[in-house]
Amino acid sequence: MIAVWVIIGIIVILLLVFWATYNGLVRLRNQTKNAWAQIDVQLKRRHDLIPNLVETVKGYMKFERETLEAVTKARNIAVQAASAGAAERGKAEGELSGALARLLAVVERYPDLKANQNFLALQEELTSTENKISFSRQYYNDSVLKYNNQTQMFPSNIIAGMTGFKSGEFFEVTVAEEKEAPKVSFS
Amino acid sequence: MWEQVRSNQIKSAVLVALMGILLLVLGYFIGLIFGSGIGGVVVALIVWGIMNLIAFFQGDSILLGISGARKISPDDHPRLYNVVEEMKIASGLEKVPDVYIIDDPALNAFATGRDPNRASVAITSGLLQKLNRDELQGVIGHEVSHIKNRDVLLMVLLSMTLGSIVILAWYASRFMLLAGASGGRSRSSSRGGGGGAQLIIIAVGLVLMILAPIIAQFIYFAVSRKREYLADASSALYTRYPEGLASALEKLATSNTNVRTANQATAPMYIINPFQKKGMSIDGLTSTHPPIAERIRILRAMAGASLADYERAYHQAKGRGGIISASALAGAGTMALRAPSPEVTPVEEPSQKVERARETSDLMWRLSNYRTISCECGSTLRVPPNFKAPAVRCPHCGRVNSIS
Repeated sequence: MIAVWVIIGIIVILLLVFWATYNGLVRLRNQTKNAWAQIDVQLKRRHDLIPNLVETVKGYMKFERETLEAVTKARNIAVQAASAGAAERGKAEGELSGALARLLAVVERYPDLKANQNFLALQEELTSTENKISFSRQYYNDSVLKYNNQTQMFPSNIIAGMTGFKSGEFFEVTVAEEKEAPKVSFS
Repeated sequence: MWEQVRSNQIKSAVLVALMGILLLVLGYFIGLIFGSGIGGVVVALIVWGIMNLIAFFQGDSILLGISGARKISPDDHPRLYNVVEEMKIASGLEKVPDVYIIDDPALNAFATGRDPNRASVAITSGLLQKLNRDELQGVIGHEVSHIKNRDVLLMVLLSMTLGSIVILAWYASRFMLLAGASGGRSRSSSRGGGGGAQLIIIAVGLVLMILAPIIAQFIYFAVSRKREYLADASSALYTRYPEGLASALEKLATSNTNVRTANQATAPMYIINPFQKKGMSIDGLTSTHPPIAERIRILRAMAGASLADYERAYHQAKGRGGIISASALAGAGTMALRAPSPEVTPVEEPSQKVERARETSDLMWRLSNYRTISCECGSTLRVPPNFKAPAVRCPHCGRVNSIS
């Protein structure tokens, strides 16, 4: 009789553990999805800002046609990569950051531009968007690390394997220039 | 980061319960002195309940109201608003807190709101114009982590309990003095045989009336200081750049103006103690905030940006104990620091300071509904909202500018 109760007790405890672990995994997976959506919003915001930026600086920078075209091209590639996976996207966005950094470096040579209110407002938006991209990436990677730990470590990995939780993909940047945010300082 | 919040919630619940028990015991003994222990408990609960109801439903608007804070939109001050958004993203909050500006030359900032979805951060105009972008980020990171860690709710609960204890002890002691002077003898004679027991109860009650507020205050201050360290640690984690907050604190430390509208109850929400006097080091058991110099020293000693790095720096600076719970440290390796923002130059140029001061004062005028007119001679005229005439004469060149 006692043995039966002990077995029932063990089963109940196992069910409770399963229940808690499963819910924990779902919560973590949703958190990574949410964090990914945040990155998405910020990358789109950057894509939207760039045509504006190019338009504003074009008049001042007649001799930098190549730099401007490189930015526009990198932006278009990044827009197309928007539906791709994290790795490919990271590469495209890295290229864009590099092109932006080069553009903003040559802006230094155009003092008139620095007096342009429109440009100053864009500069603030761009700085902030770069920051937001890196902060959302930071939060996303932290979330993925936590989620992956749960799906790979014992004992939660058993439940993750049974119910089909797969490890998440980190959002890494593959181009060297992106390691630093583009220089948006012109003073 | 998330375990930190959870283990904090348990510890906080214990502390709130401790304060609550202190309040009830005090109420019980005061009640016994005046005839009914249960009655005293009921009175204590009613006082506490009323204070909490007010704080819960009106807390933020009272705090923001008395400090004269004004809500701003993204267009009013893009840099400030952007920085708040950045920290919201870094901390994983769901909603951007409302942003307020307090027109006050004192240097300070605070966070309020009982849950993360209804939170606000406020900053004084004085501080806003003193800080560069990285420093502003550090300060806002500190405030946002007060919101994220639910410090606001905890500190409000604790301060209302502390308030109830102080109120009860104060009124009860005045009452006893009055009763002792006028009707004390008649009551003790009417109670008859219980004289010895009554004396003991009065003695215990008196001791409680004196000690309870002091003990409650120690708990309150201890919790508050711990929360400040944690908010510093989280700010470093969010920004990956402890130097920003350290350098902001350095600027704050040089300020000798106190926030006009702060009071003891709201003090823990500010980034530095709003009552700190210049040159005086407030340490030990009776301050809501740790000494600024020490906070700066810890932040500057951080080798990385993770909570574990803060813990090491804290240990190194204080030579004892830790501040962050073990469960939060498990798995928290070291995290690389980032470089300073490119627009932040090592030595700030005067023009940048002027630019920021102008930006902030323009904002304050705009928020007061002043109209700005540029005269042809280059002066800027500010027209108050109650100015009704159709035109105004420029005091510099005498041209008449129409107000459209």
